[in-house]
Amino acid sequence: MTNGIADIQKADALFVTGSNTTESHPVIGAQIKRAARNGAKLIVADPRKIPLAEEADIFLKIKPGTSIALHNAMMNVIINEGLQDDKYIRENTENYEELVESLKKYSLEYAAEITGVEAYLIREAAIMYASAEAASILYCMGITQHTNGTETVMSLSNLALITGNIGKVGTGVNPLRGQNNVQGACDMGALPNVYTGYQPVTNTGAREKFEQAWGVKLSDKIGLTVTETFKAIDEDRVKMLYICGENPMISDPDTHHAERALDKVFLVVQDLFLTETAELADVVLPAASFAEKDGTFVNTERRIQRVRKAVEAPGEAKPDWIIFMELMNRLGYEEHFNSAEEIFEEIRQLTPQYAGVTYERIKNKGIQWPCPTLDHPGTNVLHAGKPARGAGFLKPVEHLESLEIGEDKYPLVMTTGRMLYQYHTRTMTGKTEGINLIAPELYAEINPSLAQEKGITDGEVVKVTSRRGSVTMKAKVTDRVNKEVVFVPFHWDSGANVLTNGDELDKYCKIPGLKVTGVNIEKAD
Amino acid sequence: MITLNINGFEVEIKEGSTIYQAASSIGVKIPTLCHDERLKPHGSCRICVVEVEGARSLVASCSTPASNGMVVHTESESVITARREILDLMLANHPLDCLTCEKAGRCTLQDLCYQYDIEESSFDGKKKKYEKDTSNEFYYADQTKCILCGKCVYVCSQVQNTDAICFVDRGFETHVGTPFDLGLAKSTCVSCGNCVAACPVGALMPKRKEKFRYWEIDKVKTTCSYCGVGCQMELLVKDNKVVEVEPVKGHSNDGMLCVKGRFSYDFINHSSRLKKPMVRKNGVLEEVSWDEAYDVIANKITEVKESDGADAITGFSSARALTEENYLMTKLMRAVIGTNNIDHCARL
Ligand code: SF4
Ligand code: SF4
Ligand code: SF4
Repeated sequence: MTNGIADIQKADALFVTGSNTTESHPVIGAQIKRAARNGAKLIVADPRKIPLAEEADIFLKIKPGTSIALHNAMMNVIINEGLQDDKYIRENTENYEELVESLKKYSLEYAAEITGVEAYLIREAAIMYASAEAASILYCMGITQHTNGTETVMSLSNLALITGNIGKVGTGVNPLRGQNNVQGACDMGALPNVYTGYQPVTNTGAREKFEQAWGVKLSDKIGLTVTETFKAIDEDRVKMLYICGENPMISDPDTHHAERALDKVFLVVQDLFLTETAELADVVLPAASFAEKDGTFVNTERRIQRVRKAVEAPGEAKPDWIIFMELMNRLGYEEHFNSAEEIFEEIRQLTPQYAGVTYERIKNKGIQWPCPTLDHPGTNVLHAGKPARGAGFLKPVEHLESLEIGEDKYPLVMTTGRMLYQYHTRTMTGKTEGINLIAPELYAEINPSLAQEKGITDGEVVKVTSRRGSVTMKAKVTDRVNKEVVFVPFHWDSGANVLTNGDELDKYCKIPGLKVTGVNIEKAD
Repeated sequence: MITLNINGFEVEIKEGSTIYQAASSIGVKIPTLCHDERLKPHGSCRICVVEVEGARSLVASCSTPASNGMVVHTESESVITARREILDLMLANHPLDCLTCEKAGRCTLQDLCYQYDIEESSFDGKKKKYEKDTSNEFYYADQTKCILCGKCVYVCSQVQNTDAICFVDRGFETHVGTPFDLGLAKSTCVSCGNCVAACPVGALMPKRKEKFRYWEIDKVKTTCSYCGVGCQMELLVKDNKVVEVEPVKGHSNDGMLCVKGRFSYDFINHSSRLKKPMVRKNGVLEEVSWDEAYDVIANKITEVKESDGADAITGFSSARALTEENYLMTKLMRAVIGTNNIDHCARL
C-alpha cells in the first residue's frame, strides 16, 4: 500500500474495487465501514453485490474484466468537468496530453456498454472521487488477477495521479495483500527478477553487491515464475521443483495441468500438512507453524512486525529457515545462523529499505519500510511530495476483451474469490470444526433468472464446465451476481481452479486471468 | 495544554482530554467497566466516578472533560462509597458462581469486588435468568451474567460495524440480544469475537475445547498468520498448546481480529501435522530421518545440476513463511544452487 491502514479514517472518499474486503481482509473491511459511517464517501466496484456494497454511496456492479473501461471513462468525465489537479499534473507527471487523447473514446455510453454499469453511475462515481479533498483507492485480486492485470493497475494509478491523490495522507493507490507475508516475500526477492529490496538481478552493480555478500558468482538470467514453471516442466526444461508452504494443486489455475507437471517433476514439498500438493511429492519435509518460531511478517502496509514462538513444533518438524540452512550446509555452503534475528541482521545490510529496522526497535510496534537509518521513524505515505521516478508517468491503457469471453459454448463468466470463513486452500482453516460447519463445501452463486432459465433450484447440484474441464457443486441462487456471471470460491480441491485458464498470462507480471473464465452451467444428472 | 491536579499531582494534558485520560497519563488507575477508547463515550456503568472539588456531585471520569485548574480525587471516601454502591447493585443481579466461571481471573467485576471488599450483595431481589445462547460456533452469550455495560453492542456497531447485536426489552428485562431474539447463529454476526474481547465479565466467552484457568496460561504476542492485515494478537498457551487467541491493539487492527485469526487456531496442534520427513520409496511416502531426506534432496540437486544445469531446478517460496525464511530460500536458490528460478504465490 502507498498509504497506511490508519489512513483509511483520514480519506474523504474511498474507492474500493475488486476487493471483497469484509471477507478477504475483514479487519480492514471493518475500518472502511467505520470511515463510511463517519462521513467518508464510499464507492464500491465489484461484479458481486458484496457486503461492502450495502454501505456504499455508489455501487458499480461491473462485468468481470472490464475495469479499465470504467477507470478510463471516469478519467474522461473528470477531465471534461475540469476536476483534474492541473498543478499536480504539471509538477509531478509526464505524458498527460497523450493520456487525455487516449481517453476520448471512453464516453459514458461506450463504458456503460462494456462494463454493464449505468452511465450516470459512472459519472457520479467519477465526480465523487475527484471532488474529494483526499481520496483513496483500495484494490485487490479483482483488479490484478486478469491477463491485463498490470494495465488495470496502471489505469487506477492514472486516476489517482490526475487528481493528485497520491503522496498525501488519506490518498493513494493501495493494494490489499492477500497473504500474511506476500509483502515480505516480495521484499526478500522471492521473485525471479530481483534480489531483496527489488534490486534487479540484471543490474551489474546489484549483482556484484550480492556476489560479494554471498561469496559466489550469481546468474544474471531472470528466472521462471510460478505460472511459467508448469509449462517448463511440460517441456522438460525443469526437472526438480522445491515448494515451501504452497499448495498449487488448489491455488493455481488449471488443476489438471498443474497435476501433470507436479507428477512429472522431482518434487520436494515442505509444509505443515500432507497437502494435496505434498501427496504428489518425492520428498516431504515437516515444517514448524508460525506459533512455533520467532521472526517477522510484513503486512500489506509495509509494516515489519514480530512473530514469536509460543509452543514447540510437533515431532521433528523444524522452522523453514533451519531446514534451508541445514540443506545449504549439506550442499557445501557454510551457513550458520543461531536465530531468525541473525538472518534479519544480514537482510538489513543488503536491503536499503530495511536498514534502519532491528528486532529491538520493533519489539512493541512494527515499523513501515522504507526505513533507511536507525533513527528513521519509518514511512507511512509513499511518494510524498513527488512520486518516485517513473511512478508519475501516465501510460495510456486500453480495454481488451478477455480471450475467455465470447464463445457460444461458454456464454457465462465465472469469477473466483474468497469467503470469510475459509482461508486460501483450507490447509489451516479446514482444521477448525466450527469453520467447516459454516462453510462446508464448494458452491456456485447464480442469478435467479439464470436459474429459472436452466431449471435450477437453490441447493441443487449443478455442473460448471469450461474449456478445461467440469466440476459439480451446489447452486446458490442469489441476486448478488448478475445473470451472465457465476461466482465460485476457490478454496476447495477439484474446484474452481479445474476450470480456470493457466495459459494466458499477464504480459508484465505473468499473473493468470483467474477472475474471468468462460463457462457454461447445467443441472447435473 | 491545560493543567489540573489529580490526587495531589500536577498533570499537563491536551485540551479536550477527559479526566480519565489525564489520570491514565500519569499512571493513576481509575476502574472502568464500560470504557473503551475506540467508542463514543456512553457513561453507562458509572464505576469510574471521581470527586471534583467544587462540583455538586461525583462525575464520570471517562466522559467529563478535564479543565484547567481542576482538582480531582480518584479514591476519596465519597468515591469509594459510590463505587461500593454500584458494585453492590450489580452483584444483586449477578450469579455468584466465580468458582466455576470461565472468566475468573480476568473478570473486572470480580477484581473490583475484591478491591472494594464486596463479598455479596446487601440487596435481596429477583435475579435474572436467561438461557445461554450457544448457537454461534465459536463463542457463547450468557445473559445471566451481563451487567449491561453496553460495550459489546457499541463495539459491534462502532468498531466492527456489523450491527449484529442490540439491547432487547426494557427495564429489568433489558438484555443484549439479536434483533427479534432469534439467536446469534441466525443474526448477521460474523464471529469476529470483538465483542467477546470487550466484555468485562463472563457474559460473552469463547467456546473452549479444553479447560484452563486464566492464571495458568502464558501469553505470547505475535502477528496473525492468515491475511495481509497483520493483526496483532496474543496466543494463550497452556502445556505447550495454544488454547485461546486474543486481539491486541496494533497499528493495523485497532484491537480487532476476524474469525480466522481469533478462532481458527486448531491447525497448530492438529493430529495430522507432519512430524517426520518422508521420502517416496516404491511409490509410497515413507518416514525417514532428516539425514536421509537431506541426502536425497542434495543428491538430486547435484545430479540435475550436472545433467541439465542449475536452471532446471525451480523453487517456490512461501507468502506464509517468515521474511527471514523467504530470504534464506532465495539465497539457497541463487547462491547455492545457482539459479534465479525462485517465485512465490503473490499472483494467486
Ligand atoms: S462477534 Fe463480531 S459481529 Fe458478532 S456480535 Fe460480536 S462484534 Fe458483532
Ligand atoms: S454482554 Fe458483556 S459487554 Fe455486553 S453489555 Fe453485557 S456485560 Fe457488557
Ligand atoms: S485476524 Fe483476520 S483480518 Fe486480521 S490478519 Fe488475521 S485473518 Fe487478517
